[in-house]
Amino acid sequence: MLRYALLRLLGAIPTLLLVIVLAFLMVHAAPGGPFDDARSPHPEVLAAIEATYHLDEPVVQQLGRYLGGLLRGDLGPSFRYPDYSVSELIGIGFPASLKLGVLAMSLAILVGVSAGTFAALRQGSMTDRVVMSFSMTGISIPVFVVAPVLVLLFAVKLHWLPAGWSGSAGVAKYIVPVVTLALPQIAYIARLTRASMIEVLSRDFIRTARAQGLGTRAIIRIHALKPAMLPVLSYMGPAIAAILTGSVVVEQVFGIPGLGASFVNGALNRDYTLVLGIVIFYAALIIALNLVVDLLYGVIDPQVRQR
Amino acid sequence: MSLLNVKDLSIQYGESTVVDKVSFVVRRGESIGLVGESGSGKTQTALGLLGLLPRDARLTGSIRFKGSEIANRSDRELDRIRGRRISMVFQDPMQALNPYLRIGEQLRQVLLQHGLASGVKADQKVVAMLKRVGLQDPERQFRAYPFQLSGGMRQRVMIASALIAEPDLLIADEPTTALDVTVQAQILDLLETLRHDTALLLITHDLGIVAGRCERLLVFEAGKLVETGATTAVFASPQHEHTKTLLALAPRIDRGDILPPVTDKTLLGVEGASVSYRDAHHAELVAVRDVNLSLRESETLAIVGESGSGKSSLVRALLGLIPLKAGRVVFAGRPLEGAVETRAKSLRRDLQLVFQDPAGALNPQMRVQSLVGESLLVHEPALSTPERVQRVTASLATVGLDESFLSRFPHQLSGGQAQRVAIARALILEPKILICDEAVAALDGSVREQVLKVLREVQVNTGMSIIFISHDLAVVRSISHRVAVMYLGRMVEVAETRRLFSAPRHPYTRALLDASPVPDPLVAPQSAPLFGEVPSLIRPPSGCVFHPRCSYSDARCKDKRPELRELDGGRVACHHASETLLKQA
Ligand SMILES: Nc1ncnc2c1ncn2[C@@H]1O[C@H](COP(=O)(O)OP(=O)(O)OP(=O)(O)O)[C@@H](O)[C@H]1O
Ligand code: SF4
Ligand SMILES: [Mg+2]
Repeated sequence: MLRYALLRLLGAIPTLLLVIVLAFLMVHAAPGGPFDDARSPHPEVLAAIEATYHLDEPVVQQLGRYLGGLLRGDLGPSFRYPDYSVSELIGIGFPASLKLGVLAMSLAILVGVSAGTFAALRQGSMTDRVVMSFSMTGISIPVFVVAPVLVLLFAVKLHWLPAGWSGSAGVAKYIVPVVTLALPQIAYIARLTRASMIEVLSRDFIRTARAQGLGTRAIIRIHALKPAMLPVLSYMGPAIAAILTGSVVVEQVFGIPGLGASFVNGALNRDYTLVLGIVIFYAALIIALNLVVDLLYGVIDPQVRQR
Repeated sequence: MSLLNVKDLSIQYGESTVVDKVSFVVRRGESIGLVGESGSGKTQTALGLLGLLPRDARLTGSIRFKGSEIANRSDRELDRIRGRRISMVFQDPMQALNPYLRIGEQLRQVLLQHGLASGVKADQKVVAMLKRVGLQDPERQFRAYPFQLSGGMRQRVMIASALIAEPDLLIADEPTTALDVTVQAQILDLLETLRHDTALLLITHDLGIVAGRCERLLVFEAGKLVETGATTAVFASPQHEHTKTLLALAPRIDRGDILPPVTDKTLLGVEGASVSYRDAHHAELVAVRDVNLSLRESETLAIVGESGSGKSSLVRALLGLIPLKAGRVVFAGRPLEGAVETRAKSLRRDLQLVFQDPAGALNPQMRVQSLVGESLLVHEPALSTPERVQRVTASLATVGLDESFLSRFPHQLSGGQAQRVAIARALILEPKILICDEAVAALDGSVREQVLKVLREVQVNTGMSIIFISHDLAVVRSISHRVAVMYLGRMVEVAETRRLFSAPRHPYTRALLDASPVPDPLVAPQSAPLFGEVPSLIRPPSGCVFHPRCSYSDARCKDKRPELRELDGGRVACHHASETLLKQA
């Protein structure tokens, strides 16, 4: 198992490297530089700035320099906020995004798995159909539609929850953004859980457990939940990626000062080092979480663990 | 008072009735055999008793357990009885145990559920139970997962979980069908010794199993209970026609059949053949080691042995489906070598194979006509379509299927019909050798007899030779001229069928014979002749590979591998195969 984990870790390095190089080249190929807007400085000043940031060197050399910096954990300076390094900016924005993401993911798993199991146990019933049609809706409506609707409903109309971020305190301000972010994942996880739970419940060992007199609850908890979670677990990779992308929109809509918001601002301001830094940070995060998910497989499936 | 009183039990799915007004009683502590062919409703009845039928099933009638009605009761009520008062052992222990849960935990849950023990007490009880069913080192096995155990061990765990609550009734549905014969004998012994005063309802298609072990019999046919009575009485004078047929068709290891004569021209010779595989860890696994064999014209040679003995690997290598690692094969005086694709067409048609699973071997999208005629397109492309159809029809006729089958798809065939189509497909090329790999293992008595009869007839008419692979000695006895016994990749004994069955020379052959159930209550069932199970091929035992399970083994057996040598007109690989020794045993 440990060997397997190490191998997987080594295997992730080329992937990450590829992502970095591609992202770097793409940002470079984007039209326009950070300093050529309407108020363009004097060409000589520009040349001086470019020299400071090594923008006058050939791309390959810049890439090499960038990679060298990465090894030291240095993502370079921000073009827009020269007082900060990109790493510092990420450090400022990440906590809010992390909280949002973790809450959304937990909510999605908790509600999704329960609803899916519930529906599987009452396959074909009214409850089942309600859960399923709800989740169909959840999957098909995009975040940028859900978010404003929830705000309108709960904050503006009902005044149950605060509409904005700044000014309001406590957990209440998290509710709408978290629900918005989690909704499509709840829907997807519920469908997955339902399908795999139905499959697991039809297996012979469930019949054995029933013949042993174990009640439905014990059967789900002891026998069915683990194997039924395997497909949900494989969906965790894509789910994490979806939550990350979703958070970019959600943070923008609700004005949350997170990493997603920094990313959008960075892009609008042509702060290329910042954009690049966030992309790489997220890529590394996704790769790492996927690794964790893979290892979790071993926890659930003893035959995987043996390898 | 009877323990279980079933009255007019019927089970329906929509319009079809799969169990039809069945009534019987089970008394305290008695053992009852429930026999019948596949699909006769045995399993459905058992599931019905425990309220475990699928939701679309409709159950009517009355099931009284200790006087109270349990038919169509809620799960909540039944959960107090299931596993506690009535428990069940299922056929396939790999599927029936939870692969994600340690076996100790699976047993412990039964105790917790019924409030019989908890905490350390429960753990101790589980370990004690695992020990009673014969698991070595039960403390360690407590933490094992099912996939880490052999098939026999898993079934022992299954039995442990069914008996741990000391129920009043144990229902065992084909508890040994998935196991090797020597292990089957062990499991049946275990059920008998452990159940004490728990009544046993033993479901099986094998009359040999119930003959020596059950006091009474229930005979099912197409959902109906057609005969019931004391086992000895039913065997001695069956009343119902169906019982008579079942008894007549039960293959008997203690009786042989008359076979077509054999020539003494050698058709196929195998010399020093070895086959090896690499497992997931790239370790070499020698599945067949140094096997010598010959097959004469018009002869049926059976190859028998338990799982892992290398029977299938050997014939696959003959056919060129997998490479030989060493040795050679000579067919009709010419060497037979290389992969099947590289062999001459004529050689390919001379050797034909029929598999165990007929449904899997037939393309579900093709009609019988194309399935059977397909190979003619390759081997006799000059044939016109009407000629081809004629050949197909003739080939189907030899296996007893008429023209109405030409346009059917595989899913429209029963198991026996599908197997006969597979045989027709092999026979249409008029092979010199037909290789049957467990070709009748999945078939019911009557269907199996049809297929065996077809094989014998074709042999008489065409002089074809047959290699017949089977784990079932009783079937082998009725069809083969000679038998080769394999164990762990080695040939341990080869002899004429009659000689082998009446006077086995190798201790393993003898154990196989003793373990095979005889469908006759007057023949006392042998207690399991062998302990343990077939060891792993990856680390085969030293010296004689059979020595860890052999009751005759001594120091020499451990060190030195016995060569196959001539004895009594056969050949046997055993240091102690002298006549007296084995006869006394
Ligand atoms: N879920 C189901 N829906 C409809 N018919 C079913 C269902 N399950 C079983 N049957 C039918 O019920 C009949 C009896 O099946 P059952 O499994 O009891 O046979 P069996 O005697 O146990 O056979 P075997 O020896 O093959 O196990 C069969 O005709 C089968 O096709
Ligand atoms: S050689 Fe020894 S161990 Fe092997 S079968 Fe003969 S007596 Fe048994
Ligand atoms: Mg059955």
